[in-house]
Amino acid sequence: MADKIVINDLNFYYNQKQAINNLNMSIPANEIFSVIGPANSGITTLLRTLNRLCDLTPGIRIEGEIQLDNQSIYAPEVSVTELRRRVGIVFDVPTPLPMSIFDNIAYGPRLARKKNKKALAETVELALRQAALWEEVKDRLKIQAMSLSGGQQQRLCLARVLALEPEVILLDRPCSGLDPISTAKIEESLTELKKQFTIIISPHNTQQAARISDRVAFMLMGNLIEEGANMEVFSSPKDRRTSDYITGRFG
Amino acid sequence: MRITARNAEKTAKILIWTIALMVIAVLIFIIIFILYRGLPVINWNFLTEIPRRSGREGGIASPIIGTLSVTALAVLIAMPFGVGTAFYLAEYTKGGIITRIIRFCTESLAGIPSIIYGLFGFIFFLDVLGLGWSILSGGLTVAIMILPTLIRTAEESIRSVPKSYREVSFSLGGTKWQTIRKAVVPSAIRGIANGIILSVGRCVAETAALIMTAGYELIMPRSVFDSSRSLAVHFYTLVMDGISERNAYGTAAVLIILVFFINVVANMLINRFVAKGR
Repeated sequence: MADKIVINDLNFYYNQKQAINNLNMSIPANEIFSVIGPANSGITTLLRTLNRLCDLTPGIRIEGEIQLDNQSIYAPEVSVTELRRRVGIVFDVPTPLPMSIFDNIAYGPRLARKKNKKALAETVELALRQAALWEEVKDRLKIQAMSLSGGQQQRLCLARVLALEPEVILLDRPCSGLDPISTAKIEESLTELKKQFTIIISPHNTQQAARISDRVAFMLMGNLIEEGANMEVFSSPKDRRTSDYITGRFG
Repeated sequence: MRITARNAEKTAKILIWTIALMVIAVLIFIIIFILYRGLPVINWNFLTEIPRRSGREGGIASPIIGTLSVTALAVLIAMPFGVGTAFYLAEYTKGGIITRIIRFCTESLAGIPSIIYGLFGFIFFLDVLGLGWSILSGGLTVAIMILPTLIRTAEESIRSVPKSYREVSFSLGGTKWQTIRKAVVPSAIRGIANGIILSVGRCVAETAALIMTAGYELIMPRSVFDSSRSLAVHFYTLVMDGISERNAYGTAAVLIILVFFINVVANMLINRFVAKGR
């Protein structure tokens, strides 16, 4: 399968501190790609380089190359806003904006100004269906998104990204604060969504990675230790540190 | 009695209650005292007639108009500059030397007594620009005076908007301007508006700076180039020159009601505006 994202010799620095060391990685299209590792492994940083959200942090420096569909995303002619529409992100804590459910989902499409009212309503409905939230909120799209439960809020954030009609979806520990049922719902949606999108997730534990991933990468202290198909990594890890981590000996 | 956690808790509670009550009591006493002496003076004629015989007789129609026009002018002039500066400070700078200079200036400006602004306005607007004693001179002077408050309150409310809102907006393909307009402003607008209301209060109450710039003409102003006495100045003159204590209380009562009225109307407008903006 074609690689959606190719990362070549990526080095990332926050001021003097290096967060990612010489990373090479290829992420195939239409799969769920998990990046696992303990805190401070550079996973969040990695995800944020993929849609250039890291640009917002002062004092960062990036070396190397990241390609999306064979085009460097750090090339000067790249439109950052366009890139972020193609590569959406769901954060670790639910972040609804203080507006209605509908307005939250419509936020991205409205910024792009490409849709009339009817098309917008259809986009919102489709996004909510894809995120398995439609049935729960279809009669109250006008209420404040903040009044939803945590699990619903996170699915709202997923729907908000889906409404961008992106190509890649990044999820940074999206289920860290959620109950098992909400987590199951999100995992179910993701498995369905990978048919249309490329999904890169930092799962909140190794079990989740084992459940949903096609491929798994293990990172430690900014280094990529091991990467491979789900079965390979979990049943016969090549590196000692990977087996220690997935058997719960640290992290 | 031994000091136990429970006793301390009780004492603290009583102490805090007493302090709060005392403060509120003083405020209420002042308002009741002035309204008690002032309300009987207020009637239709008092509100619609211009002062006669230096304010011994007649009403306070022209000072009301003077106050309202100076305030409106000052707020209209100061608002774009103040809010604009606040957005610049909160969103577009990263704490460099320019930010520090601007912040130092606004903080210093906030601490200057209003009569100094009056002196500046007197020299600059009246003398240099030749605007004379006028509503325009007064409005411009007071506009400069309220700028620091406006900038401070607006900047603080912009900064208090959670960072995650901006991040979400950027992550959904928003540009900086779209992010400010759609994710930051709706959450900051209430704080900004409160700063504006605070400034309106200062404009309405301003005396010293206005004596020197808007003058103390009693006839009805016909344009912003006419001099006009503000309510606070009128009140000051009535009392200090021993003209009419009765009318002074009436003026004070009108001043209080005016501030109260402006607050209520402004809050209503904000609620409607904010509700609609979403």
